[in-house]
Amino acid sequence: MVKRIIAKQENCMGCGLCEVYCTVQHSKSKDIVKAYNSERPRPISRVRVERNNPVSFAIQCRHCEDAPCVTACLSGAMRKDPKTSQVTHDPQKCMGCWTCVMVCPYGALIMDKEGHVVAKCDLCQGFDEPACVANCPNEALVFKEAKH
Amino acid sequence: MAKYVILGASAAGIGAVEAIREADPVGTLTVITDEACSHYSRPMISDFVSGKADLKKVDCRNEDFWKENNVEAILGKKATAINFDEKIVQLEGGEKIPYEKLLIATGGKPFVPKMEGSDKDGVFTFTTLKDAQILATKISSINAKSAVVIGAGLIGISVTEALVKRGLKVTMVELQDKILSLLLDPKGSDIVEMVVRKAGVNIITGQSVQKIIGKPDNDSAVGGVILTKGDQVPCDIVVVAIGVVPRVELVAGTAVKTNRGIVVDSMMQTSVPDVYASGDVAEAYDFVLNQNRLLPLWPLAVLEGQVAGCNMAGKKSTYAGGTNMSSLKYFGIPVVSVGLANPKDDPTLEVLVKSDPERNVYKKLVLKNNVIIGMTLVNSVERAGILFYLMKNAVNVKKLKQQLLEDDFGWAALPVTLQKKMRVVQ
Repeated sequence: MVKRIIAKQENCMGCGLCEVYCTVQHSKSKDIVKAYNSERPRPISRVRVERNNPVSFAIQCRHCEDAPCVTACLSGAMRKDPKTSQVTHDPQKCMGCWTCVMVCPYGALIMDKEGHVVAKCDLCQGFDEPACVANCPNEALVFKEAKH
Repeated sequence: MAKYVILGASAAGIGAVEAIREADPVGTLTVITDEACSHYSRPMISDFVSGKADLKKVDCRNEDFWKENNVEAILGKKATAINFDEKIVQLEGGEKIPYEKLLIATGGKPFVPKMEGSDKDGVFTFTTLKDAQILATKISSINAKSAVVIGAGLIGISVTEALVKRGLKVTMVELQDKILSLLLDPKGSDIVEMVVRKAGVNIITGQSVQKIIGKPDNDSAVGGVILTKGDQVPCDIVVVAIGVVPRVELVAGTAVKTNRGIVVDSMMQTSVPDVYASGDVAEAYDFVLNQNRLLPLWPLAVLEGQVAGCNMAGKKSTYAGGTNMSSLKYFGIPVVSVGLANPKDDPTLEVLVKSDPERNVYKKLVLKNNVIIGMTLVNSVERAGILFYLMKNAVNVKKLKQQLLEDDFGWAALPVTLQKKMRVVQ
């Protein structure tokens, strides 16, 4: 089964650290000051904290089994990896048409308006745990095998 | 004998191949297309003309897609007839391909109205990669400086942007009073029109081209157009981008029932057993209008192809339906339009609007019985998919009306039961 990021709403404080660590993780420099102050193109967080006081939770790509973004993608940039079942996105192939943004029920595809391509959660390939999960101060995000 | 035969190798054909191979990795599968180039992205041909995408980028699957999927691909060859009794597809040159299950995914062809001078050198359509290649080559070879694009819909605006990026002075001619009239209401259209004009495009609405004229020194080459009211617009190139009509020639006069396109059921089956149709050639279900109709859109064609492919391979699948839905990126102003964009006065409909002219933002929802049946988003399309989800699943939004069009609207505003159902939270 695929490992997924699960949001525990009752644990979320809405601090937004997941967004910060995601941004740094997806920066070239991997340096928080450079990532926020000087790096161009601007690194983008692929996780977003939704707030509706007092409720908050983080939301990112669910790697849907039947992913509407993959079917709708006009350019073939969005794929379902047959081995890992993850939804992958190739920015080189992306034409920035935002069709995936139109159909993603989670609103989890981020528009990189500078780069004219979509940015999305890649579960921090190559790391044991995604940065948002590893750095959540209150275990409001867990990474575990789950159906979706 | 091929177990599966697919006519057409674009969106619907690709979707069907992938679905068939998921259900049946070994059954023989033949794909036939009259195009030399296949599995490329038709929506991307404007990026090809503008120079933003090369042939490699335009390919929307892996280079060896046919091989990967164990497909015998017959490229650059036209199917000329189908014998539904003997279950045989005939190709030009006489070759016969028998089938057990057949998918007709022949797509659409550009509609070119009768116009004097439409046979002149320099008149193009804009549907296939070949069209785009011929157009791009022509622009370079005659060093074209100006163009007239007939039609200001999805295709018209895409080719206009490409031509502007190539440095041409473009005039768009649209018969309707507004551009993108199938996707936007007049207010939304005005915002996009202003942005397109700022990019240097001349827009003429409420008129069409009555005649294409030649150059003074060469009458066989495009030199300009004469509009219905008599005005003349000089140009080196004319692109006809009015729309597509289904390529139904192969089934004309056969037992396959057609209306404007091929009539299909929810499994994408035609009226003839073992024969399916998908994509621009078929009339599939529209969940907003609650009827079958032509909807020549890439994502829907892929979906319909997937449904047909599953059923052909014996894995039952039904099509949940699509609707008029497009996301546009042209001229730097993103637009998303789904379902009813511009309903006529109807007391049973409720319209929610939010506009911010300074930011060129215009958002509109059309509701019926507290369910969204239309959404138009101009220059603010982030998380449009959440609204699309509410629309597609007919979620009652009675208590959400104040929030739906707010910039920060999202899952946090939705009921906990729905959040849990969609596993947004644990």
